[in-house]
Amino acid sequence: MENDLGLWAVPLAVIGGAIRVSTPILFVSLGETLTERSGRINLGLEGTLVLGAMTGYATAVMTGSPWAGVLVAALAGAMFGLVHGLICSMSRVNDIAIGIAMMLLGSGLAFYFGKPFIQPAAPDLPAIPLGGWSSLPQVQAALTVNVLFVIGIAAALALAWALRSTRPGLILRVVGDSTDAARAMGLNPALIRTAATALGGAFAGVGGAYLSLYYPGSWNEGISSGQGLMAVALVIFARWSPVNCLWAALLFGGAGALGPALQSVGVTQGYYLFYAAPYVLTLGVLIATSSPSRALSGAPGELSITK
Amino acid sequence: MAVAEQGMQGAGGGLALLRRAEPVAIPVLALMAGLGVFGLFLLTQGRSPLAFMTYVWQGGFGSAFSWQNTLSRTAPLLMAALCVALPARLGLVVIGGEGAIVLGGVAAGALALPLATAPGAIGVPLMALAAMAVGGLWIGAAGALRHYRGVNETISSLLLSYIAIALMNHLVEGPLRDPASLNKPSTAPLAEPLRVGDLPGLSVHWGLALGILACLLAWVLIERTTWGFAARIAGGNVRAAQVQGLPVGKLILGFSALGGAFAGLAGYFEVAAVHGSANASLAAGYGYTGILIAFLARHNALAIIPVAILLAGFDASSGLVQRRMDLPDATMQVLQGIVFMAILMSDAAYGRLPFFKTKG
Repeated sequence: MENDLGLWAVPLAVIGGAIRVSTPILFVSLGETLTERSGRINLGLEGTLVLGAMTGYATAVMTGSPWAGVLVAALAGAMFGLVHGLICSMSRVNDIAIGIAMMLLGSGLAFYFGKPFIQPAAPDLPAIPLGGWSSLPQVQAALTVNVLFVIGIAAALALAWALRSTRPGLILRVVGDSTDAARAMGLNPALIRTAATALGGAFAGVGGAYLSLYYPGSWNEGISSGQGLMAVALVIFARWSPVNCLWAALLFGGAGALGPALQSVGVTQGYYLFYAAPYVLTLGVLIATSSPSRALSGAPGELSITK
Repeated sequence: MAVAEQGMQGAGGGLALLRRAEPVAIPVLALMAGLGVFGLFLLTQGRSPLAFMTYVWQGGFGSAFSWQNTLSRTAPLLMAALCVALPARLGLVVIGGEGAIVLGGVAAGALALPLATAPGAIGVPLMALAAMAVGGLWIGAAGALRHYRGVNETISSLLLSYIAIALMNHLVEGPLRDPASLNKPSTAPLAEPLRVGDLPGLSVHWGLALGILACLLAWVLIERTTWGFAARIAGGNVRAAQVQGLPVGKLILGFSALGGAFAGLAGYFEVAAVHGSANASLAAGYGYTGILIAFLARHNALAIIPVAILLAGFDASSGLVQRRMDLPDATMQVLQGIVFMAILMSDAAYGRLPFFKTKG
């Protein structure tokens, strides 16, 4: 067979998988970067991701338009972020604990309302075939890039620029680094943090819509299985930089694609262990990049996770 | 979390009583507020909150049979809640108890064959200890990473929990699989002497008694020993504890590992008393409900007992509620999420409710 690539199929499938799997991780980590740059941590994005996947899928089924699904998923994510932000503005309320509760509530609501949508099929988001130059179907499959991935790259670059060189970016960074300095400038830290959390939630919602509307492209209760949490952990690894989020997401997409890629060439030994690869890698990266004594470089000063 | 101390400082008898009532009253009010919001949610779904509570009562507490069901589910919840509450006294938010339960159960299941011919008096404690050791290592690792590497324990423990479930799937489907288990891959079934039976006169297994005992021991450890005193100081202010020369690292490791050991014990009872072998049923979500219980109990080991019974009752009634009211199985998760939010929001209420204000 001329199309049989043998073991070369593995790296190819990993590259293709990295592009496919990384998109939701990219969106969640961009959203979390925004939130954490304002000085708050939203651990609930795992729940937001699942909620976005459900609302996006349900909307696409009912309207027939996948883009309406993306929009509704973003709105649902923003709503959820808004709730997190408003509750955390109350005194003595712990943002990490609220995140755990919202993880539970978000997936609970998604499973509750998503039950009738497990069966019907929704229209997929469009993809751009960048592999047309090759005659190999494996290469074509690996280089079929979804529009949301391209939008994600653009968003990462735009966010990096906005944080560095715009007035709203400066305000966000001031609030994240010092509540007192922000107050001295006449800013309202709670309001800005709530807005940043809502916007971050919208990003996570879009990531969820990608899960259910493109890859894996269906709605079920195991759709996320911790990707939202991994994305939150990756933000530390990415040092709160949107562009680094892109590289981190690609790395993790590749790790996630390793199991299915090996299975496709007939390696079934330790199949379930490969499913643990992204979690092990995330943990390894956290261990390698954390430090017990000094503050992490690039960390927003008001962030409870690094204090 | 200096709630227990608050009660001690009351000026007069009546005021002291009021202050002592606050840490009980606020969580109870928050629980009721959460149930109220959930009732509104049910109304928007065209369901009757009254019918819901009636079915919860019937399914969880209404008869001897439902009490047995509730108390059987209480056992793992008690231990899972301790896995959150013990590290919480040191200021750690550990949410990976599910992983310790799963691996504790797998450790017990893995010993089914080597101990097949062992007498119960040797086999039972060996299996329980193995489960506790594995669970303790798992959560102890999250504590160690926090102390030695500064890795956030909330994230690391949840990641470890995902890894534990993948590890269980690997072991149960592969090296430890009993060839006779066709539909649901499981480890070899436990020999009869290794099974844990019911409490005398009840249809509830011994795990309940051990769970309550664990809560009592944890309470004594925290409230009545120097170790617990040191842990509470470190939980209040790490720097102050370090300046005082308290062994903060050992405390973090010890309390995390002890919590994990209790969760591992929960997994052991699920295998030895409920399922008879280790399989995917171990990941039943007890670890996640345990987080909510610990927060509702304000990480007080004694308060965990009634709260765990209450939530076990909700859990036990969920089948009845789903069937009679035609609700999806995620209904209880929505309820748990709403109650969790309410209890966390109530943190803002301490010292502010006019009823509990003690002027002067």
